[in-house]
Amino acid sequence: MTEQLDAGLVAQEIAEHPDALSKPYAGGELGRGRRRKEDAKLVTGQTNWTDNITLPGLLHMTVLRSPMAHARILSVDVSAALEMPGVIAAYSGADLADVMGASMPCAWPVTPDMVSPVHTPLATDEVRYVGDGVAVVIARDRYAAADALEAIAVEYDQLPAVVDMEEALKPGAPLVHSEKGTNQCFVFDFPGAGADYAETVKNAGDDAVVVRRRFRQQRLIPTPMEPRGVVVAPIAAADEFTMWSTTQIPHILRIMLALTTGIPEHKLRVVAPDVGGGFGAKLNVYAEEILCLVVARKLGRPIKWTESRSENYQATTHGRDQIQDIEIACTKDGTLLGLKVELLADMGAYLQLITPGVPVLGAFMFPAIYKMPSYHFTCTGVFTTKTPTDAYRGAGRPEATYAIERIMDELAAELGRDPMELRRQNWIKHEEFPYEMVAGLTYDSGNYEAATDKAEQMFDMAGLKAERDRRRASKDPVQIGIGISTFTEMCGLAPSRVLGSLSYGAGGWESASVRMLPTGKVEVVSGATPHGQGHHTSWSQIVADSLGVPFEDVELVAGDTRSSHKGMDTYGSRSLVVGGVAIHKATGKVIEKAKRIAAHLLEANEDDVEFGGGTFSVKGSPEAKLTIQEVALATFAAHNLPDGMEPTLDSDYVSDPENFSYPHGTHLCAVEIDTETGFTKILKYVCVDDIGKIINPVIVEGQIHGGLAQGIAQALYEEAVYDAEGNLTTGSLVDYLVPAAPDLPHFDTGRTETPATSNPLGVKGVGEAGTIASTPAVMNAVVDAVRQYGVNDIDMPATPERVWRAINGEGSARATAGTVAYGGTSTGSTGGAAADEALDDNRSAL
Amino acid sequence: MIPAQFDYVAPTTLAEAIAALGAAGEDAKILAGGQSLIPVLRLRLAFPTTLIDLSRVSELRGVGEDGDVLVIGAMTKHSDVIEDPLVRQYAALLSEATSTVADPAVRHRGTFGGALAHADPAGDLAAVALALDAELVAEGPGGRRTIAAKDFFVDYLETSLSPDEILAAVRIPKLTGDWGVRYEKFNRVAQAWAIVGVATAVRTEGGSIAEARIGLTNMGSTPVRPHSVEAALVGASTREQVVAAAASAADGTNPPSDLGAKADYRQHLARVLTARAVSQAAGITS
Amino acid sequence: MRVSMKVDGVTYEDEVEPRTLLTHHLRDGLGRVGTPIGCDTSNCGSCTVSIDGESVKSCSVLAVQAAGADITTIQGLAEGSEWHPVQKAFQQHHGLQCGYCTPGMIMASVDLLTRNPSPTEDEVRHGLEGNLCRCTGYQNIVKAVLSAASELRGEGPIAGSFRDADEPVPATSGASS
Repeated sequence: MTEQLDAGLVAQEIAEHPDALSKPYAGGELGRGRRRKEDAKLVTGQTNWTDNITLPGLLHMTVLRSPMAHARILSVDVSAALEMPGVIAAYSGADLADVMGASMPCAWPVTPDMVSPVHTPLATDEVRYVGDGVAVVIARDRYAAADALEAIAVEYDQLPAVVDMEEALKPGAPLVHSEKGTNQCFVFDFPGAGADYAETVKNAGDDAVVVRRRFRQQRLIPTPMEPRGVVVAPIAAADEFTMWSTTQIPHILRIMLALTTGIPEHKLRVVAPDVGGGFGAKLNVYAEEILCLVVARKLGRPIKWTESRSENYQATTHGRDQIQDIEIACTKDGTLLGLKVELLADMGAYLQLITPGVPVLGAFMFPAIYKMPSYHFTCTGVFTTKTPTDAYRGAGRPEATYAIERIMDELAAELGRDPMELRRQNWIKHEEFPYEMVAGLTYDSGNYEAATDKAEQMFDMAGLKAERDRRRASKDPVQIGIGISTFTEMCGLAPSRVLGSLSYGAGGWESASVRMLPTGKVEVVSGATPHGQGHHTSWSQIVADSLGVPFEDVELVAGDTRSSHKGMDTYGSRSLVVGGVAIHKATGKVIEKAKRIAAHLLEANEDDVEFGGGTFSVKGSPEAKLTIQEVALATFAAHNLPDGMEPTLDSDYVSDPENFSYPHGTHLCAVEIDTETGFTKILKYVCVDDIGKIINPVIVEGQIHGGLAQGIAQALYEEAVYDAEGNLTTGSLVDYLVPAAPDLPHFDTGRTETPATSNPLGVKGVGEAGTIASTPAVMNAVVDAVRQYGVNDIDMPATPERVWRAINGEGSARATAGTVAYGGTSTGSTGGAAADEALDDNRSAL
Repeated sequence: MIPAQFDYVAPTTLAEAIAALGAAGEDAKILAGGQSLIPVLRLRLAFPTTLIDLSRVSELRGVGEDGDVLVIGAMTKHSDVIEDPLVRQYAALLSEATSTVADPAVRHRGTFGGALAHADPAGDLAAVALALDAELVAEGPGGRRTIAAKDFFVDYLETSLSPDEILAAVRIPKLTGDWGVRYEKFNRVAQAWAIVGVATAVRTEGGSIAEARIGLTNMGSTPVRPHSVEAALVGASTREQVVAAAASAADGTNPPSDLGAKADYRQHLARVLTARAVSQAAGITS
Repeated sequence: MRVSMKVDGVTYEDEVEPRTLLTHHLRDGLGRVGTPIGCDTSNCGSCTVSIDGESVKSCSVLAVQAAGADITTIQGLAEGSEWHPVQKAFQQHHGLQCGYCTPGMIMASVDLLTRNPSPTEDEVRHGLEGNLCRCTGYQNIVKAVLSAASELRGEGPIAGSFRDADEPVPATSGASS
């Protein structure tokens, strides 16, 4: 058919170089375990990390940071720094006050009366956490810039640190922001979509069983392996700027930079080059981004700032840090009556981009997979003199999942029931979907029975239980515990209307463009911004399958506001569910147009043209066919197009999801606890995840593995600890224990496939599932192993010392039975009191 | 992060190194493998004026014999100590403990002498040196002297080396006979420092313990040698007897309470881990 | 100070300050930016290179200490366009995601296999204890190293465990997953 196209020189070129035109589509792209296109550069060291970028005349910026948690700045003297060799400039906060913008943005005012303090990129009057920026130095190289920091003299008047959330809320507590008159940021009250909780429990009378626990979500440090960095190149004469930043959100960042600095949006180009992991810590607008920009504007020179790991631990947002008071009620037969959640959420010293939204997002996930008539959620945001918190892998959902899955085990223990049996009794049955939850969401699909059955089979539940019971009976020093997590989560952030109803500052759509090139290759432009996930590979599979072109022929353009001009970026397991769907729909538009061109070229009625496997054919005329690549070439030549048709085979699609997606699964964990030392070892970890349709099982498995590692790390290893003066005592990887290969088990992964009904690909998202599900699975196993010693909770991370103390009656073991106002039976505990005490002692010892 | 400026000299003989140390003044520092020092410099926790790099002093490297004594050059790298056949034969405890120090890349640079001179009580090798009755050979402008391990470790990060002296070698009496060894290291993640470590070498005769040497890591500001446990172990042949003897392992210790653990937990661990280490070293299973 | 060293087959001679870290000399001085930096405390291992055949963390070595050394970085590991078997195995077994730890992880793995050509899974895990990865949970890294070991022994790669694998590799040893 090629001769029929008559595309002149291009066709001749292609005829002479047949490889230039694509091979036919081999099929089967969706669900195929493609190895990643990204890897070639990554395994050979040809990656473009932000710190690799160098420009003529590049200057280096360093930031002088507060060594105190809270102090008034009396004076900042940079004059000695300016005298040092190679130093170009040095600025205090006051020096930059007129250019650095009034305040950095918080995009999520969760309540109308939320207290939102001014947050300047450099402190001007007070410092409010260790690591708060005070001054910057600009020098010829990074060594000179580091030296000059030592020459800056700052006089501080120390103010009291505010470290503990409960202390911070007491009357008379020292204030983080004195002008606000309170350390309370907001109270978000959500009575759910069902009945009143207290009323429901009261009505059940003597039939009600109520269990209360206090759980602690310790503070975590996300620790992407690449610390942050920024490079800004100005074209001073035009007041135009290009910024390369280690960001998950170049699109959102550009808008926020424009709004903060006043530089017009169209004069800013933001690029996320290769980014070495984010996990939420790069989902922000950071002081150093603004500082590099305004200093580059001031000096007319390119500026680079590269974060050290020590800085990263102070100056990049932390995650979690909540106190969760949870109360669950059921009837004596185990049927849930309701759930009451009261959270304290540590904001840190300031509100970063979505700091207050993270705990509030969790509001919708506490009821999880369980049917219950009533639910009440309250969250109080609290300011402390610590590094601001913000999103960390899962963002609100791991906290919720932890609380509900832990307290379901506690409820089972109270009732003397098997924890899985109690879950089965209360979860939404497969045939009951779609199901409207008490928290207001409608779950479109799910099959908790299938995932659980498969997981139990893989796990050998019966065998492990027998071994556990044998060791219990024989008082073996090494005990076994079995933990369950039957989780769900909400992914694919998010329907824009829902975000609007939650007062979030933007929508949740995603953009895609698909461009067929003259030689039949395809460029796909995505507004989702990869930082390690494998978008290039997955997107290529979606496009290849849809257009019927070879996988190799698809290239991804992303992460640059100039070439990918609109997008909402990557977080919240949204890239595939929202961005991938946009790509899928954009390819549909390409096919639609190509079909009209093909019909024209084939002199057929459009209704008679069929498309499949990359080829347009005419019904009833097997010889009359054109590949999509041939149509692309003909479109480019534009010699013979339908009247009035634009000679391009490109399309755009912006997809706004109609609902969240709801991945779920069953995770089972068996631990061995050395009761003599308290050391916990994971004996077996099985997870069956249902994330709907799979695009690439290799990438999916990798995402699950990595998520599990981070969730297990929360359960057993990681904790950011501050002393009473507000110093971060886990300030480096020496003390903040990120697990290495010997510290983690082998994971046995399986899956069930219940397609999402809310998007055409049937996908649900997988970026956070492992993290969300694994923490309670591990902790339930730990508590199961030691419940025989009267322990009903252990604070995370379950360090050997905490476990040992719990076993020896020093903490977490004081369940207090009693009657509460509702009537019925109630048990509660303060959870880990002695362990807290131990920690406090540690703090004062340091 | 980036170290502050310093001068650097790389002598090729010990005599040159001693002279350089004398010339450089009191704020000079010896650079051995640098695996503790360079991170400290990067974090700007120390500001030496001069670094004297011993890595080109070949006479400080290698393992040799002097009759009944093993002589290990201070600049012998951990990875070489682990693999050395003489160390494996006569000081297997040192080989085993060294294989738990940090990670392979650090062990390719870090040195035995550097680790001892750093005198971090959480470091694994000081307890081994103490348990094995090592002698440390120091050389300075006034000549060479030998310091017993028990006198070498003075306090947290402090040794009895005088500022003008360089640790040249470590002399370890060979263990000959039926010795079993075990370094029991307890840490929360693989690359973390020991919360507590127990180094043991045990000689058995006819199934019971004839002689035991024990050194404790991170149970005080210096490594600890629980002599009473060593004495109580003599004659032990059952797990129960070992546990009974180990019960006094923490007696008189003053371990730190810090982020890693509180003191009473460390003392508990010392007892448990001593029993385990000795049992394993002695091959006592029940 | 004037220092000369061979990096990925090329000899360079430069003036450096004594305090210059080898990793900064490689990156800023020589433009060998394939080796990234992930921490200040020698914990993460991202900057691992080979000096005279031994893996080291280039953030904890001064450039002056490497005078006269023969250094191989991730950028010098492949023979022309032919990747080292460890590089291939990392891709085949999806042993990387964001890829920031990967240069160090691969260099540490190459060193491990030089010393222990037939490691067990446990030996691989312990052999990589000085290298942190935040993305993979290590399982696929371990599998990649075991597979590369098999390849280097001339036994071919081990079977991938992935369902629906793109190009299944022949099962020549008892990999399980």
